[in-house]
Amino acid sequence: MAHTLPPLPYDENALAPYVSAQTLSFHYGKHHTGYLNNMNKAIAGTELESLSLVDLIRTVAKNVEQKTLFNNAAQVWNHTFYWNSMRPGGGGEPGGTLGELIKDSFGSYDEFKKQFITAGTTQFGSGYAWLVKDGEKLVVTKTPNAETPLTDESKVPLLNMDVWEHAYYLDYQNLRPDYENAFADNLINWEFAEKNLERVFAG
Amino acid sequence: MKCSVSTLAAILCLVAAALLPTAAEAQITIPTPTITPPTVTVPSVQPPSVTMPSTQPSATQASTSASGYPYKLAPLPYDYSALEPYIDAETMKLHHDKHHQSYVDNLNKAIEKYPDLQKRSPEQLLRDLKQIPEDIRAAVRGNGGGHVNHTMFWEIMKPKGGGEPAGPIAAALRTNFGSFDAFKTQFNEAGTKRFGSGWVWLVSNPGGKLEIVSTANQDSPITDGKYPILGNDVWEHAYYLKYQNRRADYLGAWWNTLNWDEINRRFQKASTGL
Ligand SMILES: [Fe+2]
Ligand SMILES: [Fe+2]
Repeated sequence: MAHTLPPLPYDENALAPYVSAQTLSFHYGKHHTGYLNNMNKAIAGTELESLSLVDLIRTVAKNVEQKTLFNNAAQVWNHTFYWNSMRPGGGGEPGGTLGELIKDSFGSYDEFKKQFITAGTTQFGSGYAWLVKDGEKLVVTKTPNAETPLTDESKVPLLNMDVWEHAYYLDYQNLRPDYENAFADNLINWEFAEKNLERVFAG
Repeated sequence: MKCSVSTLAAILCLVAAALLPTAAEAQITIPTPTITPPTVTVPSVQPPSVTMPSTQPSATQASTSASGYPYKLAPLPYDYSALEPYIDAETMKLHHDKHHQSYVDNLNKAIEKYPDLQKRSPEQLLRDLKQIPEDIRAAVRGNGGGHVNHTMFWEIMKPKGGGEPAGPIAAALRTNFGSFDAFKTQFNEAGTKRFGSGWVWLVSNPGGKLEIVSTANQDSPITDGKYPILGNDVWEHAYYLKYQNRRADYLGAWWNTLNWDEINRRFQKASTGL
């Protein structure tokens, strides 16, 4: 059965001015949808069609000949995760369990923010910055293109930030760090990240 | 605000449902500064088995200036608006003045502490990338590539360009690809398929044959011993303001900007070097 995309979890204009409605419209309506359609086409009529999205990604990740399918499937997952990593009125220093974990792992929220933005800025080309749980600690990582921590079962992704140029070029042009600062200060959905602490990413 | 806890729960449900059961370039004016044998502390460059066209000094390199920054951004060889309507002025301005400038700045920064490397043209740095000290190799690869790739990019385009190729390259494209149209189709396809950021190229390989290749990010064919005769930038910054997700439309429109005289010059340089 063909996969579908969940609707965006907010209106297209809900993240403005930090991420514009125009950007969300292309990003969700064209890029995300494009990955979905390419993935569905590739698995149609094959045994891969019966797998969950997560299992599909983990299965094809092991086969270099299925790189294109991996790219599309991982981008379907990465983008759904990215929409949920943001919310209107989000960002800033979190409280609660996650706030404590961030202090334990990074020393301070400011240090986390610095590392997260540096990860995004130094991801040369296209990719993502991530906050992941690695054992009892939280760490910041970055991945190129469609790569995702989902393929490393020792890590639990908590939130991601898309740094492909399509994520910010209409709003910030070459100024990737401005987008990243706006993301950290005004968009991060910490409730989503906190729930992910307990989630099991599995089929 | 719509992110009340209960909405959030609903969002998570949707996510869970989705997760679950279903499941850069230079007209390489390659400085040919008579490259004095580098007294570089870097392992001396062995004669490349591939004879690449000699890297002559070009727009990518200047002699080390008083400021100590050897690499410079040449001005765009035409107005920002000169390639309208195929490439818009705002894109050209950002692309040249911001993106290309930052590759140049970061290359200069990367090799700041290796004065001997500063005598090399950026093309030489890329050709002998393996000999670049490891602590700056990735920076030279990305930013040196960004500098050389974009320098070429500006030079192989011109106002009122495009049309059918003439001169030696026209015959070579027919020989290697059957026809100019077949070449364009293959080239556009390679550009469309490049996932993420990168370039699509027509290169002359070490045997002198022409081929279409694509590279990730700012990787240069020069590092693989191949000479770039022409190339198109398929980073999203090259087309997003005007074409957004429609990379194929940009690839199609780009042929209208080509400067076949310059491309013939590069082709001849590749041929004579081999
Ligand atoms: Fe994206
Ligand atoms: Fe570029």
